[in-house]
Amino acid sequence: MSWMLPLPVVVPLLAAAVVVAGDRLLPGRLLDAVGIGAAASVCALGIALMLVSERGGAVQWFGGWRPHAGLAIGIAFVDDPFGAGMIALAGAIVCVALLYSLTYLTEAARLFDTLMLVCLGALCGFAVSGDLFNLFVWLELAGVAAYALTGFEMRDIGPLQGSVNFAITNTLGGYLVLTGLALTYARTGALNLAQIGRALAGHRPDGLVVVAFTLIAAGFLCKAAVVPFHFWLADAYAVAPAPVCAVFAGVMTDIGLLGVARVYWTAFSAAGLHIGGLLVVLGVVSALLGGTMAYLQRHLKRMLAYSVVCHIGIMLAGIGLLSPRGVAGAADMLLAHGLATAGLFLAVGVVVARLRSVDELHLHGRAAGMHALAVVWTLGALALVGVPYLGDYLGHAEIDAAANAAGRAWAPPFLWIAGALASAALLRAGARIFLGAGRRHDPLLSPEMKETPPRRGTRTRPLLAGSGLLVGLAALVSVVPGLASRSEYGGERLVGRAAYAAHVLDGVPVARVPRLPFSLEAGSGESVLYGLGATFLAALLAWIGLYRPLRIPVGGLKALHSGVVGDYVMWVVVGTALLGGVWAVTMR
Amino acid sequence: MSFLPYAIAAWICLVGLYGIVTSRNLIHLAVCLTVTQSSTYLLLLSIGYVRGGGPPIFAGVALGTTAVDPVVQALTLTDIVVSVTVIALILALALDVHHTSGTIDPDEMGELSG
Repeated sequence: MSWMLPLPVVVPLLAAAVVVAGDRLLPGRLLDAVGIGAAASVCALGIALMLVSERGGAVQWFGGWRPHAGLAIGIAFVDDPFGAGMIALAGAIVCVALLYSLTYLTEAARLFDTLMLVCLGALCGFAVSGDLFNLFVWLELAGVAAYALTGFEMRDIGPLQGSVNFAITNTLGGYLVLTGLALTYARTGALNLAQIGRALAGHRPDGLVVVAFTLIAAGFLCKAAVVPFHFWLADAYAVAPAPVCAVFAGVMTDIGLLGVARVYWTAFSAAGLHIGGLLVVLGVVSALLGGTMAYLQRHLKRMLAYSVVCHIGIMLAGIGLLSPRGVAGAADMLLAHGLATAGLFLAVGVVVARLRSVDELHLHGRAAGMHALAVVWTLGALALVGVPYLGDYLGHAEIDAAANAAGRAWAPPFLWIAGALASAALLRAGARIFLGAGRRHDPLLSPEMKETPPRRGTRTRPLLAGSGLLVGLAALVSVVPGLASRSEYGGERLVGRAAYAAHVLDGVPVARVPRLPFSLEAGSGESVLYGLGATFLAALLAWIGLYRPLRIPVGGLKALHSGVVGDYVMWVVVGTALLGGVWAVTMR
Repeated sequence: MSFLPYAIAAWICLVGLYGIVTSRNLIHLAVCLTVTQSSTYLLLLSIGYVRGGGPPIFAGVALGTTAVDPVVQALTLTDIVVSVTVIALILALALDVHHTSGTIDPDEMGELSG
């Protein structure tokens, strides 16, 4: 089945070419259908690849350059459950975003579809690439499309500034990855991940390996917007059009985490680096900072952007536990969080289209009649906090279990509190906008920003449907029968370095899995308690925000997020030095 | 092969980073980004260098002739292509920033913060 592997990349890239070439030649409806059909087929291919990955797996060597005696010259795509799952998720979200943009955006729609499809193709390539240099190329390709999409509404200085900050920080992240991979190649003579893993195995870790992995990890963490690499994210997401935000938040940020996990387990885990502790700490800090910053926003998209930082932190902590269960928790959270956040961004688009503002205080009580949207918004916020058996809960529960097993039981309470902070902001905004609750002024919140609304008279019913669909799917993630066992299997596949190398380099088919059960995981009593506590905390904080505005000094925290790209690059350098320093000290 | 090319690569990288951090002009900033990027070219090419090696073109050359590593050269070329796209985009954005706000100083754009 290896012929199927390149298709999720080929189909959207070809469709993008057709959409550009056919502009003015073919009817617009046909071109829309080509784009949407390509995204939908990517989703279907992702699901098919997931099934294939459980039944022997597949490796595609381009041009037939197969490895000889464990030496790979060619470039490989490797099918694994998480990569395939990422493809399915990306296809689904881009498909909904393209449908949404049919009504939301009208001008220059061809260019928009093209960029979205190029971004989708690059993300799919990243998800299945088995080659370190190819990871870099796909990352940059997805990046270029994303920078252009961010500044798509170029009527204001805001989108331009967001786009510039995004482009410069992430390009620098790309160069860090490139430098790291050059050093890795210098040491191992290999670019294939499996071959790098074999070359590094059995040697004591040394300075060069630490520096190489630090640079690669820092580059990917830039993409994933982990503290202190996260500054660009709020700027970019606050200004991008709603359907673009949905794709960014749903898949593009998370792909950085997949990059770190993939490169660590297939290649650098062989070198005996102790990376887990720092990743958990960074995850907890990102989650808490993201949650706090979300609570301080009145711009709805910026609020959601910081909620993304918060959940990326939770997922990173799950990965940092370095166990299949922790990775499985991160993956389940990725699915629920991606769908929910994408849906919420689309919901913000509905608010913009109807009320021409995204400011929580401005919108006070103005959406009182929009009941369906209010339900979608609340459901999305509750799915993100992880009310037992709703949305993010499954991911949280698995991370709890993995943390207890890894002797890091201190981490989960912080992760739940952080999630509650982010959701409290969403619930507070929902209560203000849809119910007219609370005060009209809150000095705690950041100042107002401009927003470019779509043209007047946009039909909002199709927009609401897209938003509701994604949020509804997200809410169900925790009760999908068999998802927990499948993601744990995916985690074992991701973590198993020797099996991966044998599969890729020696052509050993993956052992057939016994039929995975379609059962529903009953979370531990502890996780249920945490979930209920977090829900209560979110509601309490939302109430406090509405009726008893806090007077706490947060000026310093806000001043850090200055919007000046030089400051952000400074933080990237500091963060890279931090990663390298800690890993060098804990190396032996 | 001495350590000198690696030291110069690191130095170029840091000079570029210093330029980006302190830049007050988006065009200058884009140029600094290319400076940082050129450190990756130097690093890649130094990694592939073999003393006395010829160019990695094997037509009409005796088998076993020493040549420099062609892989890093391919990587460098790809890197150039990818980065030119990014730089072009950033310069286009800088132009648009100038059109909309009349400044290209990142410190004066000041729309997004907090």
